[in-house]
Amino acid sequence: MSWTYPGIGHNFPDVASRSNTVTAPRPPRAAAARPGSVYRSSVGKKAVMAVTGAILVLYLVAHMVGNLKVFLGRADFDHYAHWLRTIGEPALPHRVFLTIVEVVLTVAVILHMWSAVSLARRARRARPVRYAVRPAAREHRYATHVMRYGGVVILLFVIWHLLDLTFGAVNPRGGGAEPYDKVVADFAPSHWYVTAFYVIAVIMVGLHLRHGIWSAFQTLGLGRRRRQRGLRLFAGTVAALLVIGFVSVPVMVTIGVVS
Amino acid sequence: MDLFTEGEPIHDTRAPDGPIEERWDQRRFGGKLVNPANRRKLSVIVVGTGLAGGSAAATLGELGYRVKSFCYQDSPRRAHSIAAQGGINAAKNYRNDGDSIQRLFYDTVKGGDYRSRESNVHRLAQVSVEIIDQCVAQGVPFAREYGGLLDTRSFGGVQVSRTFYARGQTGQQLLLGAYQALERQVAAGTVEMFTRHEMLELIVIDGVARGIVARDMVTGEIETHTADAVVLASGGYGNVFFLSTNAKGCNVTATWRAHRKGALFANPCYTQIHPTCIPQSGEHQSKLTLMSESLRNDGRVWVPVAKGDTRAPGDIPEDERDYYLERRYPSFGNLVPRDIASRAAKSVCDEGRGVGPGGLGVYLDFAEAIARLGRDAVANKYGNLFEMYERITGEDPFEVPMRIYPAVHYTMGGLWVDYDLQSTIPGLFVIGEANFSDHGANRLGASALMQGLADGYFVLPNTISDYLSGGPFEKVGDDHEAVVAARKTVTDRIERLLSIDGDRTPDSFHRELGALMWEYCGMERTDEGLRKALDRIRELRTEFWGSVKVPGENEELNQALEKAGRIADFFELAELMCVDALHRAESCGGHFRAESQTPDGEALRDDENFAYVAAWEYTGEAPVLHKENLEYENVKMVQRSYK
Amino acid sequence: MGMKLTLKIWRQKDGADKGRMVPYELEDISPDMSFLEMLDVLNERLILDGEDPVAFDHDCREGICGMCSLVIDGTPHGPQRATTTCQLHMRHFQDGDVITIEPWRAGAFPVIKDLVVDRTALDRIIQAGGYVSAPTGSAPDAAAIPVPQADAHDAFDAATCIGCGACVAACPNASAMLFTAAKVTHLGLLPQGQPERYGRVTAMVAQMDAEGFGGCTNTGECTAVCPKGIPFETITRLNADLLTAARRS
Ligand SMILES: Cc1cc2nc3c(=O)[nH]c(=O)nc-3n(C[C@H](O)[C@H](O)[C@H](O)COP(=O)(O)OP(=O)(O)OC[C@H]3O[C@@H](n4cnc5c(N)ncnc54)[C@H](O)[C@@H]3O)c2cc1C
Ligand code: HEM
Ligand code: HEM
Ligand code: SF4
Ligand code: F3S
Ligand code: FES
Repeated sequence: MSWTYPGIGHNFPDVASRSNTVTAPRPPRAAAARPGSVYRSSVGKKAVMAVTGAILVLYLVAHMVGNLKVFLGRADFDHYAHWLRTIGEPALPHRVFLTIVEVVLTVAVILHMWSAVSLARRARRARPVRYAVRPAAREHRYATHVMRYGGVVILLFVIWHLLDLTFGAVNPRGGGAEPYDKVVADFAPSHWYVTAFYVIAVIMVGLHLRHGIWSAFQTLGLGRRRRQRGLRLFAGTVAALLVIGFVSVPVMVTIGVVS
Repeated sequence: MDLFTEGEPIHDTRAPDGPIEERWDQRRFGGKLVNPANRRKLSVIVVGTGLAGGSAAATLGELGYRVKSFCYQDSPRRAHSIAAQGGINAAKNYRNDGDSIQRLFYDTVKGGDYRSRESNVHRLAQVSVEIIDQCVAQGVPFAREYGGLLDTRSFGGVQVSRTFYARGQTGQQLLLGAYQALERQVAAGTVEMFTRHEMLELIVIDGVARGIVARDMVTGEIETHTADAVVLASGGYGNVFFLSTNAKGCNVTATWRAHRKGALFANPCYTQIHPTCIPQSGEHQSKLTLMSESLRNDGRVWVPVAKGDTRAPGDIPEDERDYYLERRYPSFGNLVPRDIASRAAKSVCDEGRGVGPGGLGVYLDFAEAIARLGRDAVANKYGNLFEMYERITGEDPFEVPMRIYPAVHYTMGGLWVDYDLQSTIPGLFVIGEANFSDHGANRLGASALMQGLADGYFVLPNTISDYLSGGPFEKVGDDHEAVVAARKTVTDRIERLLSIDGDRTPDSFHRELGALMWEYCGMERTDEGLRKALDRIRELRTEFWGSVKVPGENEELNQALEKAGRIADFFELAELMCVDALHRAESCGGHFRAESQTPDGEALRDDENFAYVAAWEYTGEAPVLHKENLEYENVKMVQRSYK
Repeated sequence: MGMKLTLKIWRQKDGADKGRMVPYELEDISPDMSFLEMLDVLNERLILDGEDPVAFDHDCREGICGMCSLVIDGTPHGPQRATTTCQLHMRHFQDGDVITIEPWRAGAFPVIKDLVVDRTALDRIIQAGGYVSAPTGSAPDAAAIPVPQADAHDAFDAATCIGCGACVAACPNASAMLFTAAKVTHLGLLPQGQPERYGRVTAMVAQMDAEGFGGCTNTGECTAVCPKGIPFETITRLNADLLTAARRS
């Protein structure tokens, strides 16, 4: 009983004793404590995916526009391919710009895939026991299946595509040929199956982006209820334009409009 | 055998003397404090995480005490308080409509039909103002006006607009505020949380409450927890009626066990029947759902004028409808207090004018409000309630009037406490619906949330320090004989329940007990009926202990065992309720004795003989009645009138 | 004349048991019964037959406590939108239906028994920062903090989360994102929540990850089953706050 202060209490109104509270609760563990940890969180990984995805989208837009130069004829297209390698000259040495692009793309693809894979693995661990019954499709089964499995298809396509048109390893004309020739050779009517493969791959890309572009806006915190329709429309339009733009080249070659 | 005997009256409620406005200040000033550095040496057990227990545990944790908090759900956020819909009162007078602490005080005393304590009620009204401030600071999203300021509405039994609300989910939002404050303390290490733990016994050592015995509902382990003080915030016992608006798990076990250990149980027969519930649809019904009484602000209650009129509501012309509340109570109309609205519904149904299956229902009609305010405004105000109604009944209240019927809702009785909220066992405090203190014979709408939070945030943390300043208390080991004995009571009882292996399910007993209580100790009580009920309850209880079947074992999650234990306590409580109802040969508030009514059927109080709190002592046989006389210095006792 | 049903229910004695689906036949089920009342009927029968009744969580039975939690035919809380299991009525089923009932499935929600799972991980996410630090007694007058009605409205929409965990159960990644985002949004939209806004979101997401929930990939399954219709927008708001927090640190 010795440690209570019967009389003294009266001189200390409640508030005074509270400011003395023994246990001030800790504030929530702040981000500042571990810089960079945000990017390793599940949300951070998604953000990495969104940013790298955006880079890839921008590249695709430029690539598509470049591809369309095929319709301007051999000279223009080859000149364009040549120009790509001389951007910035003489300030930059030959092919530096293109190399930078390639490096950025490579890093982006790796980060993008790393995030996708680590999120997918986390998801698998998060549900060790599956459901006995799967419900009929509800919202977006789309997002898991098309994005994950579609992503793998895209990856395989890109590998083959590089071997084909960049290195020429699997191109009928071989590595040394001019780009225009490689393209025309690739999609020649007799090679209709190559065309078909490209078309399918590009459609996969379109599907990936239809959700991906919308999703990236959400991930970066830019979506709001009132903007949802606009964002869906935007993502759909970009994806559709890319598909049409890309598909037009092989298809036109195959049906002989470009030769 | 006598039903009860009378013991010593209760004289001291520890309320300070002096002008009523100053008593609470005086009490805080007069109470001893505990030095902040010493608080962490003191431990408090809080049973219950509803508005009362959640706010108390959080606040005690903030003050620096070591707190252990218990609830039977899997998370403190799920306490039954979560279900409160309508709102919380506070004498803020933001509407400038003549409200004041004095008026809230007056309304509450009058609403309680002059069976509550003036000092407690006045303190409640005073503290109400701070509650709203506290909750807003925590981020409780109360409804707001266009200007961004708080909106209010009016509620049954009053003429000012002092009820703060968060759509139809006020209890949820207030509880989440308290829950979050509690979790913050859990993170801070001041509160240790025990979810899925049920208190099954109180540990009393040398007449002082020193801990509890709890069962870990997942493993079945019987644990003993000791502390320097125990706070019960375990809610009400309306589930003794089986069908009520309470959550399925609500029970009387915590308070009943304390009662058996010496805490007096006050006014057990005061139960509140809520007028606006969804009528029962069949035998299978497991609980009743309340439609917030705020609906009565805009909905109009009616029944057909003619008996046995089975036309669809829309086919009954205006002049063949009886808006009976507006007719009988012109000044309060549809907003008369709950007990009056409930009884009025019962009486029109008794006349054979009820609607819906079995004639047990009256209409609550929004057609006029929809015409006046527009469908959108009505949807805005009551949208989620309408949806809830439609989900349960399959009918859309925008098209067809709702059907409502009274149901057991709240229990004003509870463990007796003094002004400090301390029970007759020193060191045992009781807060929220679990105590009897503030509502007299009838609680006004939106006042339970107010009381729970007043007790938990502001009253208890201030009064308990006076008790705790008497420390340090001797440490109690798990091997103390009282602890061992308390634990043995629990294990014996569980073993007994598991070993009966009879042929009736726990639920079947509960249903039968509930029907009995509703019939004889429900909206209307008579001497004869109550005596009949008492006989039958005793028989049923004997049958229970002879032929209940509880499957499984203790060492597992065993929901049937949990239920059986609760029902066993309900049996004992039911008896006491009937004795209390029988001895109180007057009508007051929620307690309506058919023998005591005015010529036009209103409740008739008998202040001469019954202006007291009936606090019952447990003996194992006939209970002993202790009276605490109620004196009114600030409010004049008059016959309530809402005409 | 009631309905006849076949129930296939997940039975698992405790956390260590492997568990299995067990079929039960029920007759004479009234369409006015709630889904849980239908299970009550089954359980009473099981008790009398000397079998172990099916354990399932429930309390309020009016859709607000968040205790009930059944995956019915693959959908958390069953087929009716914006409805908890306890509010689901048998009139949404047909005579002769076969109904499969499973517990919430997530590593962070271990099964305790039958259909009962441990959801305390959600409490720990709140402990990490899902509150406003406003100790009792420290509050200014309630009217001192006006809140624009639109913000109050959106904050309220988010605040109605009942913590049931159906979002986790439905999410293909078993992510607790919607639950976490609901609290982050509720407090982040109100002036009272501003001082701790960015610390809160970072800590809550870190806790969510630590509990072993999956990451959100904007699938949207969660909002589809959420009984309180917590909007997808809350997730976007969480993302925005988290990135701002990262930039600020
Ligand atoms: C449907 C409904 C609507 C209502 N609406 C309103 C309203 O609009 N306004 C208003 O003012 N009032 C309303 N009320 C009344 C009000 O909600 C309650 O009186 C109040 O919430 C009770 O709070 P409490 O903290 O005392 O107890 P509760 O919220 O009931 O909490 C009890 C706690 O005790 C725990 N517990 C119980 N027994 C044990 C045990 N043996 N062991 C361990 N833990 C135990 C439980 O787990 C729980 O945490 C309403 C009530 C109902 C039923
Ligand atoms: C290399 C193979 C690829 C794989 C495996 C892959 C995989 C994924 C996955 C799994 C997602 C997550 C989608 C979600 O769940 O929301 C995603 C998102 C995205 N991807 Fe890809 N992808 C690949 C290639 C690409 C390419 C080439 C582009 C661009 C042209 C791209 C652009 C995007 C965008 C913009 C997003 C949205 C990011 C977000 O949701 O925040 N992806 N990708
Ligand atoms: C279907 C129409 C397409 C055509 C005709 C086409 C054509 C080409 C050509 C000709 C090149 C070689 C450029 C050069 O070496 O100068 C190239 C490179 C490349 N393409 Fe495509 N492409 C198409 C679609 C795509 C798609 C859908 C993607 C990605 C998903 C893609 C990704 C790339 C990449 C990454 C390179 C390498 C760029 C570099 O090395 O700098 N292409 N493409
Ligand atoms: S967000 Fe919805 S589904 Fe998830 S816990 Fe809250 S209420 Fe349940
Ligand atoms: S379903 Fe899962 S992926 Fe995100 S949007 Fe919902 S948490
Ligand atoms: S039991 Fe409370 S929400 Fe279903």
